[in-house]
Amino acid sequence: MEETKNVGQAGEFEVLEEALLPPVNEFKRFIRVFFRRKVVIIGFALVVLVIFVAIFADLISPYDPYEQDLHNVMAAPNGAHLLGTDALGRDLLSRIMYGTRIALIVGVLTVLISAVIGVAIGLVAGFAQSKVQTVIMRLTDALIAIPSLILQLLLANLLKSFIGGMGSVVVALGLTMFPGYIRMVNAQVLTLKQNDYVLAGRAMGDKKRRIVLRHILPNAVSPLIVMMTMMMGASIMAEAGLSFLGLGIAPPAAAWGQMCREGYQYLMTRPLLSIAPGFAIMILVFSYNMVGDGLRDALDPRLRGSLD
Amino acid sequence: MISYIIRRLLYAVLIVILVSVTVFTLIRLLPGDPIEILVSQDIMQDAARDPEYYARLRSEYGLDKPIPIQFINWFFKMLRGDFGKSIIRKFDILGEMKSRIVVTLSLGIVSFIISNVVGILLGILSAIRRGKIVDTVVTVIANIGVTAPTFWIAILLIYFIGFKLKLLPLYGYTLPWKDFGTSVRQSIMPVFVMALGPISMTCRQARSSILEVLNQDHVRTAWSKGLTERKVIFRHVLKNGLMPVVTLQGTMIAMIFGGSAIVETIFVIPGMGKMMVDGMLSQDYPVVQVVTLMLTFVVVLANLLVDLMYGWIDPRIQYE
Repeated sequence: MEETKNVGQAGEFEVLEEALLPPVNEFKRFIRVFFRRKVVIIGFALVVLVIFVAIFADLISPYDPYEQDLHNVMAAPNGAHLLGTDALGRDLLSRIMYGTRIALIVGVLTVLISAVIGVAIGLVAGFAQSKVQTVIMRLTDALIAIPSLILQLLLANLLKSFIGGMGSVVVALGLTMFPGYIRMVNAQVLTLKQNDYVLAGRAMGDKKRRIVLRHILPNAVSPLIVMMTMMMGASIMAEAGLSFLGLGIAPPAAAWGQMCREGYQYLMTRPLLSIAPGFAIMILVFSYNMVGDGLRDALDPRLRGSLD
Repeated sequence: MISYIIRRLLYAVLIVILVSVTVFTLIRLLPGDPIEILVSQDIMQDAARDPEYYARLRSEYGLDKPIPIQFINWFFKMLRGDFGKSIIRKFDILGEMKSRIVVTLSLGIVSFIISNVVGILLGILSAIRRGKIVDTVVTVIANIGVTAPTFWIAILLIYFIGFKLKLLPLYGYTLPWKDFGTSVRQSIMPVFVMALGPISMTCRQARSSILEVLNQDHVRTAWSKGLTERKVIFRHVLKNGLMPVVTLQGTMIAMIFGGSAIVETIFVIPGMGKMMVDGMLSQDYPVVQVVTLMLTFVVVLANLLVDLMYGWIDPRIQYE
């Protein structure tokens, strides 16, 4: 008796019919949407390639990036040195390959530092009293209005004597690139707070901490991931700019911006020395941006559950 | 409107004070005693070893007082027009800056105007011709503009256009009222480099917000009234579609003037940005202090103007 009744209802109501459909596999859908655009596929492939080169740089790079060959300086591209050598006889291709390590590490660490700071402040602002929130958001506006390059130059210069090498640049970038996250997280919190499940949680006596960790944060993760991906590219560009000015990562490190700076002196005779590392920067930044675009499409909650 | 203007003004003053405190403290935290640097520059090394000489210099520069007092002294001296002297090269900072700020401002303002005009036009074009070849080309250019480092674009231009094709001078700067032709020829590459990023971002923002407006009811009504495309776009789409573009311009100004450090260094332009980088490389703290503050001041002022314009364009803002 019961069974026949159910079947009858399933035929009558659309809602039940939909429930009988096989469930949409979220992961498969994510993959399909993510790889829908060709540029995203290219960007993703390039990021994978760069990571691969960074991991296996010791094995695949033809020369030691720091080994000077003073009999063979400023060589034009040839069979032994595919991109030629620099003013100290170091193989350009090998240096660019090792440069992937610095670029990736700078990107990841900078984004982690700035995201942690930004998300924390953004959450506090979102849940604080309206006056506190206004103050925080106004200060954030102010921070965004200040040219970040100026603060980065100052900070990197200051930190250089405390933390050597890459550290000073990473911290300087991390400490200046967080305001964007505050805005994003604050906006997310304000929207998410309106949802019924937050109200339900509050009605059941949830503590603020539980609401933040259980309801707000998981729902704000998608835009956060997208923003972090985009900021990887931005921080690599900022690092390159600092290094190019001679105020970032110091020689002899094989950082792309630093290589551009050194190579720029010989632009008229060996243009590849500065153009090739710059091209590498652009490729990596482009790839991160494309992956970010793809993630944005794939993580968009409005598309979730759709068969596409 | 008046209360809006006053609020914005107070806000701008607050930012300037905040930034000057930050810059001042950061520089005081820097290792290396400016007096040591000053003395090491001194020719009379014997006199320099005398501790009394140190103490005299220290009080001469006001460095013997606690930092908050130093800050207040420095701040009020600046308000009176006394910007101090360079430690390394001894020039008067105010005099040096007067000539340099003109250079940076003229390049920056031209870049800003160009980036707005070109960026908005390209954005409109690719939005109303969505999916067509124009749209694809514009999107590719905008992507390059966002992802390529400014110094790299500059290097490419200098090498190919300046050196290989010999179309434009490689570097340098001449004020427009000294020799207009040379000035324009020398400015083309730096202005292009400075404007490329802002053009791309403005264009992307214009495109996406116009596309959003194109789907709205009032635009459909305008079409169905039988208005021409020109009228629909100019009268009904742009007014709403360009609002987010105006908000973006504050960030663009910061980008242009912050980026002047890189562009002026690479094109050897005697502006504020180059002064700042040179000051940092030679640890000339008084110079760095003033120049960073002035550059921020310019940006804050420009932002204030954008905010006021925004309030004037969008009547909703005044009642916020």
